[in-house]
Amino acid sequence: MADVEALVEGILRGERRAIARAISLIEDEAPEAEALLSAIGPHTGRAYVVGITGATGSGKSTLIHKLVGAYRRRGLRVGVVAVDPSSPFSGGAFLGDRVRMQDLTLDDGVFIRSMATRGSLGGIAEATEGAVRVLDAAGFDRILVETAGAGQLDVGVAGLAHTVVLVLAPGLGDEIQAIKAGIMEIADILVVNKADRPGADQTVADLMSALEIEAKDPSGWVPPIVRTVALTGEGVEELVEQIERHRAFMARSGLRFTEKKVRAMLIEAIKRALTADIVPLITRSAKFDGAVRMIMGGRLTVGAGADLLLEPLKRFLRERA
Amino acid sequence: MEVIYTGLRQTPEQIVETAIQEDVDVIGLSILSGAHMTLVPRVLELLRQKGMTDVLVLVGGIIPEEDAKALKEMGVAEVFGPGTPTDEVVKFILEHVKRS
Repeated sequence: MADVEALVEGILRGERRAIARAISLIEDEAPEAEALLSAIGPHTGRAYVVGITGATGSGKSTLIHKLVGAYRRRGLRVGVVAVDPSSPFSGGAFLGDRVRMQDLTLDDGVFIRSMATRGSLGGIAEATEGAVRVLDAAGFDRILVETAGAGQLDVGVAGLAHTVVLVLAPGLGDEIQAIKAGIMEIADILVVNKADRPGADQTVADLMSALEIEAKDPSGWVPPIVRTVALTGEGVEELVEQIERHRAFMARSGLRFTEKKVRAMLIEAIKRALTADIVPLITRSAKFDGAVRMIMGGRLTVGAGADLLLEPLKRFLRERA
Repeated sequence: MEVIYTGLRQTPEQIVETAIQEDVDVIGLSILSGAHMTLVPRVLELLRQKGMTDVLVLVGGIIPEEDAKALKEMGVAEVFGPGTPTDEVVKFILEHVKRS
């Protein structure tokens, strides 16, 4: 058993081994994790958390590297939590986000931690939140959380970030995916990285028209589109300014989240809970087996079978609405 | 197993600091440059300075027999030569990692 009290003292003094150990305990769901989190609780709430999400190949690791540099020049201490998916087959993970950030490793004002999703979305969201709290208690001013554009995971991380940045790149086709997956609704800032490449103007235009179609948030916040070239650092200062502008905007509004983002996050959480909790209730029922046999016999279509099985739930919800 | 890749040409200082931040159980060093008798002892020394003595250090690459022997005396857990099957390395790690 790790000595929680000593760890907490170490974290508050900003000791790197204590910070790292504590994050491992939370990640491993060790028995000490809960006591640790409640002990550091009073020392958290100071850090500003920025979620950065985008598809593989969008260049977000390189962008984060430059973003850390920009914050360091402003004299701020920066924590980075980089989340990568685990292999569904082996359960293992190959975490490569650090490669683009290694020259920051020896900077005392920077702490970088890689994390694997380890299968459960709820689990990684909790572990990420725990890691953020530890870095917060250790005195980091800005905490950047990087996720790999895996849809649901990003929504989970959005709940703990104050500002969410969506990174896109021309030619990946991911702007369309982002719009479809509902990720755009959770983004406070849109970045078109690799803006020196052909197709960047088209990506910006696509995003602008997507923003046109979308309902405006009642708060008046319209996600700005920032063009960056992470490799050269072009546009990174503007990105920092936009993040800080969003921060000031939210502080003035007195709200933790905009309405549009909350609706999107809540819808995503409901979908997840439906799949995890409600679907098994239906599939384990005798009615489900009955429907399977009717469909096998050609007496019922799959769509009609699903409607039939969901009818009681729909009726219940309509009556309560 | 979760593997954190840091890229090429890391200094001993960067390697040890990364091991601290990531709270690793094992450090795998791949060296083909011939500088292993300088770099590996430096990594071991820094690990001792930082109190990271429970971390297993493995070396892979082109290492002459007598150097391998010397490195193991200094505290390297094992040296794997070219062509070592991955299974062998995995098995060694599973058998020798101290922390669960």
